[in-house]
Amino acid sequence: MTGSRIVALGHYQPSRVVTNDEIAQLVETSDEWIRDRVGIVNRRIADGETVTDMAAAAAGKALAGSGLTAADIDLVVVATCTSVDRSPNVASRVAAKLGITSPGAFDLNTACSGFAYALGTVDHAVQAGAARNAIVIGAEKLSDFTDWTDRSTCIIFGDGAGAAVVTATGADEPTGIGPVVWGSVPERGDAVRIEGWRPYVRQEGQTVFRWATTALAPLALQACERAGVAPSELAAFVPHQANTRIIDGIVKRLNIPQAIVAKDLVESGNTSAASIPLALSKLVERREVPSGAPVLLFGFGGGLTYAGQVIRCP
Amino acid sequence: MTRDEITTGLAEILEEVAGVTPDDVAEGKSFTDDLDVDSLSMVEVVVAAEEKFGVKIPDNEVQNLKTVGDAVSYIEAQS
Repeated sequence: MTGSRIVALGHYQPSRVVTNDEIAQLVETSDEWIRDRVGIVNRRIADGETVTDMAAAAAGKALAGSGLTAADIDLVVVATCTSVDRSPNVASRVAAKLGITSPGAFDLNTACSGFAYALGTVDHAVQAGAARNAIVIGAEKLSDFTDWTDRSTCIIFGDGAGAAVVTATGADEPTGIGPVVWGSVPERGDAVRIEGWRPYVRQEGQTVFRWATTALAPLALQACERAGVAPSELAAFVPHQANTRIIDGIVKRLNIPQAIVAKDLVESGNTSAASIPLALSKLVERREVPSGAPVLLFGFGGGLTYAGQVIRCP
Repeated sequence: MTRDEITTGLAEILEEVAGVTPDDVAEGKSFTDDLDVDSLSMVEVVVAAEEKFGVKIPDNEVQNLKTVGDAVSYIEAQS
């Protein structure tokens, strides 16, 4: 059966670095508190860049590294929950910027779990024969939706984008994207909210923390099982970059001492749907994970939605 | 289980999860103000207490557990 694999990654972050000390001038907090309790040291905040600008920059780098050209791409999917415009969608704007002339193009919103949902959806499209070469992007400009007077949220978020070029594998080649495990907890969906007209992000931190540190590890292990990869074989674990204490809480239950655990939030903050491709792209760029090695991706967040899969590193 | 036994059990959890010195744990102590347990550590304490004492402490109950004594009373009533 035809499967798919990631052939190249790319990422983009705004150049403007915002330190914890700068945040401490806006709300009652401190560098030490944010480092200890959340794990973030810096985040990048967009100046003029839009979600589309960041998405296109990340996708352009991924495409340049893939050996494919714009003419080869027949599907563009963007995971985002912070695109202000309702139409055209970000995917078609990215396609226009990159000279991709007639792709399937859609945005997908499952908040912070978006990239893993989008990657699963693209893998399915390739398996079904609806696409052969796709670009999957996670891009967020959370600073547009951040209440800079709310210290429970404004310390957390950052802006950025990450992208992957996904291509069909031949019938005799191993697939590079394992089966997606996805789901949600609708009855607790409002634990993370971006509601109404010109909204801000609000969240029930304790509810999210408890769910993330107790419910997600078994689901992440299920993604390994469905891919036929033992947790002890994982070269890396790239979870959504929400909070180091959430990541540590999940890792404790996975028993993967050999795996590199991505903690890009230290320098990037929580970038929602962009966090996984951003962290993964940097791991690959730094050559920390060998080509072909299994990497567990696991996104989770607003909704409360989650999705994860084991991929083979490009 | 007596209240003292529950308090001792909570002290063990607080030491492991939040580095609280067991001798500081007493029924009158506030988790936040006296023991410096932040909101996320409180969740870890609650999850560990559920396992240790075989009780259920739902999300909406956590905010009512201000002091060690509140938690002891809740666990005592549930177990």
